[in-house]
Amino acid sequence: MSINFNYWQARIGKPLIFALCLLPFLLLSFRLLNNQLGANPIEVFTRSNGEWGLRFLLITLSITPLKNILKQSWPMQYRRMLGLFAFFYVFIHLSSYLVLDQFFDWQEIWADIIKRPYITIGMSAFVLLIPLAVTSNRYMMKRLGRNWLRLHKLVYLIAILAVVHFFLLVKADFYWPTVYAVLLGLLFTFRLRKYCSLPLGK
Amino acid sequence: MLIKKPGDIKPSEITDESVYMRRREFMQTTAGLALLPFVKTASAKTEAALKHVKNKKFSTDEKLTDHASITSYNNFYEFGTDKTSPAKYADRLTTSPWSITIDGEVAKPGKYNLEDILKPHSLEERIYRLRCVERWSMVVPWIGFSLADLIKRFEPTSKARYVQFTTLYRPSEMPGQKRSVLEWPYVEGLRIDEAMNPLTFLAVGLYGKVMPKQNGAPIRLVVPWKYGYKSIKSIVRISFVQNEPPTSWNLSAPNEYGFFSNVNPEVDHPRWSQRKERRIGEFLRRDTQMFNGYGEQVASMYRGMDLRKYY
Repeated sequence: MSINFNYWQARIGKPLIFALCLLPFLLLSFRLLNNQLGANPIEVFTRSNGEWGLRFLLITLSITPLKNILKQSWPMQYRRMLGLFAFFYVFIHLSSYLVLDQFFDWQEIWADIIKRPYITIGMSAFVLLIPLAVTSNRYMMKRLGRNWLRLHKLVYLIAILAVVHFFLLVKADFYWPTVYAVLLGLLFTFRLRKYCSLPLGK
Repeated sequence: MLIKKPGDIKPSEITDESVYMRRREFMQTTAGLALLPFVKTASAKTEAALKHVKNKKFSTDEKLTDHASITSYNNFYEFGTDKTSPAKYADRLTTSPWSITIDGEVAKPGKYNLEDILKPHSLEERIYRLRCVERWSMVVPWIGFSLADLIKRFEPTSKARYVQFTTLYRPSEMPGQKRSVLEWPYVEGLRIDEAMNPLTFLAVGLYGKVMPKQNGAPIRLVVPWKYGYKSIKSIVRISFVQNEPPTSWNLSAPNEYGFFSNVNPEVDHPRWSQRKERRIGEFLRRDTQMFNGYGEQVASMYRGMDLRKYY
C-alpha cells in the first residue's frame, strides 16, 4: 500500500503540484506579454508575484500543522518544493522591481533600500531566503545536521517581514495585509500549542 | 553614506519609447505564435458627444493616454480600492437628476440643478497632465470650463478664503462607501486663489464625450499641478469657508498627505520617492516636474512658502 502511494506521489503527485505552483507565473507572464494586465502592467506583475511569494510562504508553513492534523507524513514530501516556489516568486517579484519597474536605476534602487522601510524590509526578507534556498538540498541537510533545522527557523522571521512589507506599502486599505497577518498568526498559534504541549482535541 | 552619482547618461537616454514599443510588439508577436490572444472584455459603452472648442493655450501637446486606460485604471475609492473596481461598479451610479449645493460665504447660496449650473458655460477641451501620488501619470483631454467662471457667478464674500468640495455619499450605489477605508463623504479643498487660478477646471467629460461614471460623473474638479486625489469627483457640494477645510487623505494620513499636495519631485512621500513617474503606456519612468510642469502658471501663488512644510 505504502509502496503504491509513494509511486503515485513521485509519478503524479509531485509533477502535478509542481505544474500547479508554476501556473500563476505562467498566467501572469502570458498576460504581461499580451498586454492583458491593464493600464499599468508592470505594477500588476510586480505586485502579483509578490503576493504569490507570500502565499507560498504561508502554504509552506502550513505543511507541518497539516501533517499533525492528518496524522500522516505525506504532506512533508511537498514542503521543500513549496518553499522553493516561495523563493521563486519572491525572486521574480524582486527582479520585476529591479528590471521592469526601476530598469536598473541603481541610484534610485539604493536610495529606496536605505530610505524606504518597506523596501528595506522586503529586501531583508529576500536576502534571508537565499541561505534557505541554497541549503534546501539533501546534501546540505546532511552536512548541516542539527543546524539545518535551526537555520530554517528563519522562515518564521521571513514570513513576518513579508507581512510587514505588505502593510507598509498599502495606501489606506489594509484588508489584504490583515488577512495575511491573521493567517500567519494562526500558523504560529498551531506551533505554540505544540510547544506548550497543549493537547489537540483529546 | 555617500551615494555616488552614476555617469551623465540618464536611463531615459539609453532606451527611448519607440524602442520599447517595438520591444513589446516583438514580444506580442512571439507570444502570439504559440498562444491565441484573449478577446478583450472591456466594456466599450458610448457616452453622448459634447459640443466644445479646443483650448490650445491651456493644453499640452503630449501624446494622449488612450481612452481604455483612462476609463479602466481609476482611483475612485467610493467604488472600491482596486484600480479596476470603478470601471466595474460605477455603472450603478445615478447621475441624473443631479444637484449641487452652494453654501457658506457666498451671496447666492442654494441647491441648484446641474443643468442650471452648466447652462451659462460654454465647454472647452483642455489636455492636462494628471500626476497620481502613486507615481503614475496620464495625459487626459478633459471637457469642461474654468472653476473661476462658476465661482464668480455665485459671488463669494470677502470672508471666503477657502473652497471646500464634497463628493456624493450614497452607499447604495457606491459599494466602496460600505467600508470605512476613508471617512465618507470624500472632501477636498482649495485656497480661494488656487480655486480662482485659470488652470483650475471643472470637467463634465473627456475625449469629447460625457464623463464616464468611473471618472467622476457628472462633474469633477481637475487641478493639474496637484496630486490626483485633490481633483475630487462626483461633486454635490461647493462651500465657501473662512478656514482651511478638512481633506480626506489628510484626515487619513496627515504626515503623508498635506492640504496643498502640489506635485513636487523634491518632497518625498514618507514611504516613496516622488522624483519619477511612470506615464501610463510607457516603459521607462520619466522625471516628475515641479508643479507637474505648470510652474509658470501657479508657482507665484506659493512664493515664500516652505513647500517641505506645506506639502
